[in-house]
Amino acid sequence: MKYTSQSVALPYFIAAIGLFVGQIVFGLAMGLQYVVGDFLFPEIPFNVARMVHTNLLIVWLLFGFMGAAYYLIPEETETELYSPKLALLMFWIFLIAGAATILGYLFVDYNTLAEMTGNNILATMGREFLEQPLLTKIGIVIVALAFLFNISMTMLKGRKTVISIVMLLGLWGLAIFFLFSFYNPGNLVKDKFYWWWVVHLWVEGVWELIMAAMLAFVLIKVTGVDREVIEKWLYVIITLALVTGLIGTGHHYFWIGTPGYWQWWGSIFSALEPIPFFAMTVFAFNMVNRRRREHPNKAAVLWALGTGVMAFLGAGVWGFLHTLAPVNFYTHGSQITAAHGHMAFYGAYVLVVLTIISYAMPLLRGRAANSQRAQVVEMWSFWLMTISMVFITLFLTAAGILQVWLQRVSDTPMPFMQVQDQISLFYWMRLWAGVVFAVGLVTYVASFFVKGESKPLITP
Amino acid sequence: MSGTFTKAMARNIFYGGTVFFFLLLVALTVDTTTNLHKSDNSANLTPQVVAGKHIWETRNCIGCHTLLGEGAYFAPELGNVYPRRGPEFIKAWIQSQPTGAPGRRQMPQFHLTDQELDDLVAFLKYTSEINAQKWPPNIEG
Repeated sequence: MKYTSQSVALPYFIAAIGLFVGQIVFGLAMGLQYVVGDFLFPEIPFNVARMVHTNLLIVWLLFGFMGAAYYLIPEETETELYSPKLALLMFWIFLIAGAATILGYLFVDYNTLAEMTGNNILATMGREFLEQPLLTKIGIVIVALAFLFNISMTMLKGRKTVISIVMLLGLWGLAIFFLFSFYNPGNLVKDKFYWWWVVHLWVEGVWELIMAAMLAFVLIKVTGVDREVIEKWLYVIITLALVTGLIGTGHHYFWIGTPGYWQWWGSIFSALEPIPFFAMTVFAFNMVNRRRREHPNKAAVLWALGTGVMAFLGAGVWGFLHTLAPVNFYTHGSQITAAHGHMAFYGAYVLVVLTIISYAMPLLRGRAANSQRAQVVEMWSFWLMTISMVFITLFLTAAGILQVWLQRVSDTPMPFMQVQDQISLFYWMRLWAGVVFAVGLVTYVASFFVKGESKPLITP
Repeated sequence: MSGTFTKAMARNIFYGGTVFFFLLLVALTVDTTTNLHKSDNSANLTPQVVAGKHIWETRNCIGCHTLLGEGAYFAPELGNVYPRRGPEFIKAWIQSQPTGAPGRRQMPQFHLTDQELDDLVAFLKYTSEINAQKWPPNIEG
C-alpha cells in the first residue's frame, strides 16, 4: 500500500465478503425450496429469499467495486484520496441502508414495506432486481454521487492513467443508468424496455469497463508487464464490449411486445458478445506468460486467470447458447437462463472482486503476500467454488433442456409444475453442488485467519 | 499487438465506437417508442390495468413467476395465464392459497379484495394481448 488513504478499501472488502456469505445462505435455502417446496414457508417464501439472494449479490459487488476504486484510484493517480472521511461515512450509510433494506424484506410484508417507504408516491418496487424501496434507491444514488465526487476529485488532482479513466467511466455509467430504475410507466412493455437500460447496460455494458479496469490493474501489479501493453489491451477489450453489448441489449427485446426487428439486431450483436470475454481470457494468460517477475501472491494470479476463463464460459459461451432468437424462442425464461445467470455473475463479477481482494487484502494488512499456508487454503477455496459453480451450471442446463423439451418442444406439452417434478433430480444435484460451493466459501473466509510466516512488505 | 497499432489509436476507436453504437441504440429506441403502440396493446391500457400492475408489483409476484419470460423460474409463466385458465379460475386460485400440501411449492395468501382481484385479472388479460411475436411457443407458457 503506497498511500495511507487506500486503507478505506478495507471495510468495503470486509463488508463485501460478509454479504457474500449471506447471499449464499439464502441461495442454499432457495435450492432446497426448489425440491422441498414448503421449506421455511410461510416465514420466508421463495420470492423473499430470492430478493435477498439477488439484492445481496448486487450490494456486495457494489461494495467490491467501491473498495476496488478506493484502493486503485490513489495508486493509479499517485495521490491521496480526496476525502477518506467521506469514503468512510458513505461506507456506513451504505451498509446500514443495505442491512435495513434486507431486514425489511425479511420481517415486513412487502406490500406494507412499499406503503411505508413512499412507493405510492413514486412506484418503483416489485420489479426483478429493482425491488428496493424508494428510500433505498434514493440512498443508493446519494452514496453513488458522493463516491463518484470523491473519486473524480482525486483523479482531477492526480495522474490520469487509462486504468483510472476506464474505471471512472464505468462507475459513472453505473450511476447514470441506475437512474432508469426510477422510471416505471404503467405500460408494461415500456417498463420492461427501460428496465433493461439498468440491468443489461450494467452487466453487459458499463460493469465490463469496471471489471476490465480492475483486472488490468491487478495484472500490471502481479506480472510487471509494461503498462503501455496492458492499457492498449484494455482499450481493445472495452471497445469490443461496448460495440457488441450496446446493441446486444436487443436480445432482451425479442418477446416483450417490442418490434420484430430486434430479433435481428439482438441476435447478430449479442452473438458477438463472447468476443470481448474471449479477449479478456487471452489477455490474462498472455500477460501472466509474459510476466517480468514472480509475484509472491500466487493466489491473486490464480483468481485473475480464473476470472478470464470463467467469465468467458459463463457470460460468453453460456450466453451465446441461448442468445439467437430462434433458440431463445424456446429457452426464454427457463432454467437455461438461470444456468447462464449463475455462471456469468460468478465468472465475471464475483471472481474479479475476489481477484482484487486477494491482491489488495495482504497489502492492506501490511504484508506483500499471505503465508504459503494461507495461500494454499485460499487456492483450495477457488477450486471448490469454481468447480461447484461449473456443476451448478451444468445441472441447471440439463434441467433447462429437459424443461424446454417437455414443456415447449414436445407435441404434447406438459404443464409447468408437472415438468418441475420430472426434473427434480437435477435440482437435487444442483443443491449438493451448492453445498460444496458453501464449503468453498467457508474455506475462503477461513483463509484470512490462517497463521504463518508472511512475506514482509518492502516498499520500493 | 504490433507497434503500428498505438494506444492512441485504440483509445480513439474506443471513444468513436462507443459513441456511434450508443447513438445507434438511441435511434433504435426512438423508433421502437414511436412504433410501440402497434404491439404493446396500449389501446387497452385502462386505469384498471394500471391498478392491477400495481398489485402485481407490490406483492412481488415476479419473485416466483415469469411474465413474458422475465422474472423467477419457480412458478408458472403468467403472461398467458389469462387464456390458459380464465378469469374465474385465476381469482379462485389466488384466494385458495396456500394449498398447504406437504413438500409442495407454496404461494402466499395475499388477502386481496374483490376489487384488487379484478384489477389484477385485468392486468393479466391486457398482458396476454400484448403482441409478443407469438411467444410463448404453446399455452403451457
